Amino acid sequence: MSGIGISRRGLLAGASALGTTAALSACGAKTGSGTSSNAGAQADTSGDTVKVGLLNSLSGTMAISEVTVHNALLLAVKEINAAGGVLGKKLKPISQDGASDWPTFAEKAEALITDDKVVATFGCWTSASRKAVKPVFERYKSLLFYPVQYEGLEQSPYIFYIGATTNQQIVPALDYLKKQGLTRLYLVGSDYVFPRTANKIIKAYAEAQGMKVVGEDYAPLGSTEFGTIVNKVKDAGADAVFNTLNGDSNVAFFKEYKSAGLTAKSLPVLSVSIAEEEVKSIGTQYLEGQLTAWNYYETTPGAANTEFVAAYQAAYGKDKPTSDPMEAAYISVYLWKEMVEKAGSFDVAKVKKAADGIELDAPEGKVTVDGATQHVYKTARIGKIGSDGLIEEVWNSGKPIAPDPYLKGYDWAAGLS
Amino acid sequence: MTVILNQSFTGISIGAVLLLIALGLTLTFGQMGVINMAHGEFIMAGAYTTYVLQKSISGAGASLLVALPVAFLVAGAMGALLEWLLIRRLYTRPLDTLLVTWGVSLMLQQLARDIFGAPNVQTAAPDLLTGNISVGGITFANNRLFILGLALLCVLGLTLILRLTPLGRRIRAVVQNRDLAEVSGIATERVDRTTFFIGSGLAGVAGVALTLVGPIGPTMGTNYIVDAFLVVVVGGVAQLKGSVITAFALGVLQSVLEYSTTVSVAKVVVLVAIVAFLQWRPQGLYTLRTRSLA
Repeated sequence: MSGIGISRRGLLAGASALGTTAALSACGAKTGSGTSSNAGAQADTSGDTVKVGLLNSLSGTMAISEVTVHNALLLAVKEINAAGGVLGKKLKPISQDGASDWPTFAEKAEALITDDKVVATFGCWTSASRKAVKPVFERYKSLLFYPVQYEGLEQSPYIFYIGATTNQQIVPALDYLKKQGLTRLYLVGSDYVFPRTANKIIKAYAEAQGMKVVGEDYAPLGSTEFGTIVNKVKDAGADAVFNTLNGDSNVAFFKEYKSAGLTAKSLPVLSVSIAEEEVKSIGTQYLEGQLTAWNYYETTPGAANTEFVAAYQAAYGKDKPTSDPMEAAYISVYLWKEMVEKAGSFDVAKVKKAADGIELDAPEGKVTVDGATQHVYKTARIGKIGSDGLIEEVWNSGKPIAPDPYLKGYDWAAGLS
Repeated sequence: MTVILNQSFTGISIGAVLLLIALGLTLTFGQMGVINMAHGEFIMAGAYTTYVLQKSISGAGASLLVALPVAFLVAGAMGALLEWLLIRRLYTRPLDTLLVTWGVSLMLQQLARDIFGAPNVQTAAPDLLTGNISVGGITFANNRLFILGLALLCVLGLTLILRLTPLGRRIRAVVQNRDLAEVSGIATERVDRTTFFIGSGLAGVAGVALTLVGPIGPTMGTNYIVDAFLVVVVGGVAQLKGSVITAFALGVLQSVLEYSTTVSVAKVVVLVAIVAFLQWRPQGLYTLRTRSLA
């Protein structure tokens, strides 16, 4: 355990650059050697309350999205406590700020597990942050519930993926565009793992399905200069833009898009990371008529959703929208509760074993946990952004789609990894 | 051809943003030799001023027009305060100004986070500035034209002040030879503070302009501060026209490279070009001949 000692001291020393380097190198060393033998021993379940970790970016470029997820998690914890807790124990949420910075996520995840001794952690948004914390959760054999759609091609025994994988969001979105006759795509994304991997999948799909990718551009996360990218999009002769920008780069992108005279009619943009909260802060005047792909919208019909929206707005304000990642975060706590109760224990190994087949009448419709992949069966929904800032569903898959993180069910995806 | 023209306009608009941000630095770093790392936070102060005004004044257009002078005063006052509290004690120690103002910039970022919350916010642009004008296949975005006009207006105003007013003459005298200016009866301390007020105020104006392009957040200034220093250094310390030429040249270079490669590659190539240029001409594009012994 000497590696941990070094990294923690380095971090405590306060020299952040130095500290993160030490933490990162220590991570690598520790996962490689696989020293941990005290499986799940970190979790403290001895008292009347058990601690759950909430790990989101409460500051920085991702805070625009992640604060809402944090709110939804708190709501679920509060509701579960009001209903008597889990196995008779109340939940005590411990919030940590990942600050839109991946090494910070790893550091805070470790603090949650070793200092706070949480029984499970909920959170992360960007794939970069998830990849940063993955070795930490694996090393300590602690559970992370990840609430955001992502690029797939990953499976960790200690992560439950409650958001969509690619075959539940991106593939249906491409199917939809193809059905509309929009076959010449321009790919715009933030420069990190999710957009790059997603675009690799899109290009493989396009090649197999007779679509054409006419351009591909990445902007640094947090970038606000989109003049050239929009010019390139305009000149490329595309039918549609597939947008995998994350965070508030979207604000600058859509401002530039409108300034350049491009509209949802002339050149639609399909986004996979803009939900109701982002629509509201970007401004509907920039987004009206543009398309999104998710599994849940505030407008999704059903009693469970009516209740969820009402509860959320009662807690955080009448004008606060709900969104897909928030819904996934909210149900992730409930899914964990069901798993724990089925297992009759907080023990990680037992909870994992109990996970398969857990069902929930979620706001998005029925979801079922697939124990083999630790993903969830979800319904795909394409939506159109309205002038009121809400997203109206224009298509759905009709029934929950089985998760296929490695796209094994698609011939065209054979070469991807 | 239209591609080249469109890209040139994009480059010029990037240059205009750079210029607006670098203008204040040209005064405080170029003329006074103070490495003010808090300049980015004065930009942020200008942007948040716009945000606050838009919440209290109805009408995006009216609030934007009010925001320009108010942001100038707010950021200017912050700059003058910083000069009075800390920087005047450090005029002979430029590296210390770097550390001190960096500390101040971190404090200001945290202050903004406490006041306005950590998530970034946005302002709505007036309808007039969300559209575009198309001339012969070239698209001129109205918000970019507005920023370009604003930048040129600021350059013009600053030039006139430095060239024609008694204050401008005093500033130039202090820059050229502080000691001689002092014995000639110029209150150099007051000139310093006024210069800092104007330089920081211009950062505030830049902040207003940036609300038309992207989101407003506690760290928005840090995104631009390095580019702004590059413009001033390459332009030649203490020379307005150097900054103007450099800002537009870097903007056009960046946009042309972005078009033919990618955003990240363009950034790298621009940086390499700057390093190469400074090897060849360490003093920058233009230099000021002074009678100072230093």
